[in-house]
Amino acid sequence: MSTMSTKTLYDKLWDDHLVTQRDDGSCLIYIDRQLLHEVTSPQAFEGLKLAGRQPWRLDANIATPDHNVPTDTEERTHGIAGIKDETSRIQVQTLDDNCKEFGVVEFDIFDERQGIVHVVGPEQGLTLPGMTVVCGDSHTATHGAFACLAHGIGTSEVEHVLATQCLVQKKSKNMLIRVNGQLGDGVTAKDVVLAIIGQIGTAGGTGYAIEFGGQVFRDMSMEGRMTVCNMAIEAGARVGMVAVDEKTIEYFRGKPFAPKADQWDAAVAYWQTLVSDEGAHFDAVIDMDGAAIEPQVSWGTSPEMVVPVTATLPALADAADAVQRNSWERAYQYMGLTPEAPVTAIKLDRVFIGSCTNSRIEDLRAAAAVIKGRSVAASVKQAMVVPGSGLVKKQAEAEGLDKIFVAAGFQWREPGCSMCLAMNADKLMSGEHCASTSNRNFEGRQGNGGRTHLVSPAMAAAAAIAGHFVDVRHF
Amino acid sequence: MQAFTVVTGLAAPLDRANVDTDQIIPKQFLKSIKRTGFGVNLFDEWRYHDEGYPGQDCSKRPVNQDFVLNQPRYQGAKVLLARQNFGCGSSREHAPWALDEYGFRAVIASSFADIFFNNCFKNGLLPVILPEEQVDILFQECVATEGYQLTVDLEKLQVIRPNGEAFGFSVDNFRRHCLLNGLDDIGLTLQVAEDIRAFEAKALQSRPWVFNSLR
Ligand code: SF4
Repeated sequence: MSTMSTKTLYDKLWDDHLVTQRDDGSCLIYIDRQLLHEVTSPQAFEGLKLAGRQPWRLDANIATPDHNVPTDTEERTHGIAGIKDETSRIQVQTLDDNCKEFGVVEFDIFDERQGIVHVVGPEQGLTLPGMTVVCGDSHTATHGAFACLAHGIGTSEVEHVLATQCLVQKKSKNMLIRVNGQLGDGVTAKDVVLAIIGQIGTAGGTGYAIEFGGQVFRDMSMEGRMTVCNMAIEAGARVGMVAVDEKTIEYFRGKPFAPKADQWDAAVAYWQTLVSDEGAHFDAVIDMDGAAIEPQVSWGTSPEMVVPVTATLPALADAADAVQRNSWERAYQYMGLTPEAPVTAIKLDRVFIGSCTNSRIEDLRAAAAVIKGRSVAASVKQAMVVPGSGLVKKQAEAEGLDKIFVAAGFQWREPGCSMCLAMNADKLMSGEHCASTSNRNFEGRQGNGGRTHLVSPAMAAAAAIAGHFVDVRHF
Repeated sequence: MQAFTVVTGLAAPLDRANVDTDQIIPKQFLKSIKRTGFGVNLFDEWRYHDEGYPGQDCSKRPVNQDFVLNQPRYQGAKVLLARQNFGCGSSREHAPWALDEYGFRAVIASSFADIFFNNCFKNGLLPVILPEEQVDILFQECVATEGYQLTVDLEKLQVIRPNGEAFGFSVDNFRRHCLLNGLDDIGLTLQVAEDIRAFEAKALQSRPWVFNSLR
């Protein structure tokens, strides 16, 4: 417990949103912003209708379709009617219908602001520092990059927030993950978060709200911080946060929904308080050396099964216990890989650059820088780039990045979740290996039997050119 | 919501750690706009040899006989024994919906992922946390004994083995109260609507930009 005078960032956000506390410690937390998409909202709207309830505060909600939308330009030009898969079409249409019926603002399939919810929220200034942000999607932790208290919720909770603007929560414990020093060239935010998960495991953060601190995060761009917080959930934490600094504030200057005029100064004054106090108590502290982090590649079926690109795959004998050995064995079998083989021997069938983890402009720039003037290896069947939003796409095109990708043999797609979870037509065939900038390498995540390797955009780009994993630092 | 007081039923052992919600219910089934129809696709990729799609007649699909829930002795199971970090990954509430519709009323494991754990309570499904050693005992007994039944008692907060011995567990009071009585969360929260309004009035002063119109 922190004392009254010193609070962590998480303590502050919690206290500022606490409506009531019950005797058993469970609390009602006020929600400033809810992001809605087509997959986890239909049953929530249906629940509201059945109970005859109205949204508590309409303007707290913003919707956009992302999971199911086609990323093929031809299919997209026809809007919802053009979605070939019937169930996907119904789901996107249902979001549209519900938003119209209840009056929720939606960036629909034709809107250039449409995109992955976690890219769109910050891009529009709909997510602002110090807000509580929820979404029926576990990667809502992304918004913690702006010192938001942001977490994924289930559909019943989506309905609960729609109806009451509150969420029943229990306070988590505080964890500080401090990455000190400086990252080497070619090492990115994605490598940092993969290295963290590799160290603490996929349950390492369970029950904690994680604050990412240390020089590495101070030096990191806002895009990079989003990448890290995005994957806090992959370390078991519902919440991952970075404290406010000048970069955070600058990020929002001029954003469409950011506060204007007088409100701006008041907001900045408040935002500047959103840092952990000197001496605030953390229940767990983990220190890592940024200089020691190398580009990472996941080899197995859980994000914790990750190694540096320079390494060989782990020997079964190195498993910590029988349970881990058992899951490594399964993972090797599923992935069609052999223990102790070099990472660079893994050949790729497909390459996917996109998802809420790595589909922002900075990610596309990093990939394009590696690709420029080179071509995708003949052995790679498909390499695709899926921008995170219509505006990211527009910006990339203005910078000529699309031409670099296309000239190299990449497909340049329309914004959406795409092959991150293969709910639309973009998926892996059974047995195929994919270098992916997404966040989950679970069995079947990118298509039944598909084999996902999580990497940074630069590493994915280099792998596409080489046809197998390579160390982007010497590429 | 279905209330949960005491459930006695056949236990089935799913001996894998870190079972994620993509495994519990693969994403193609998330395209439904309903709350029902997920039971036949629970653990779809492990249960069947082919790739499932929504709305399919599952009775004609090639069944993976090696998968534990497909073994005749575990048909009709109500209690799922699982390993650490069960339900990790995606927040999809379709996971508890599928478990519930399949027939499970309780899941016992040494740990659960947060969001999944929370979602269970909203759907009358009870996640029970027991220490690893006790979970081990249940696994061993379950595998060794055909027809192995467990009683999960939310009133007494006990898992009772066939020999009558009980393992105690804990659940926070509020959740227990809601589950025992099948109470609707939203209705409960709206009882303190005045508190929410008072909070909003205060926040409007200190953080007015949060309440700006989006139109
Ligand atoms: S990009 Fe992937 S992880 Fe992100 S919201 Fe979409 S499906 Fe979820």
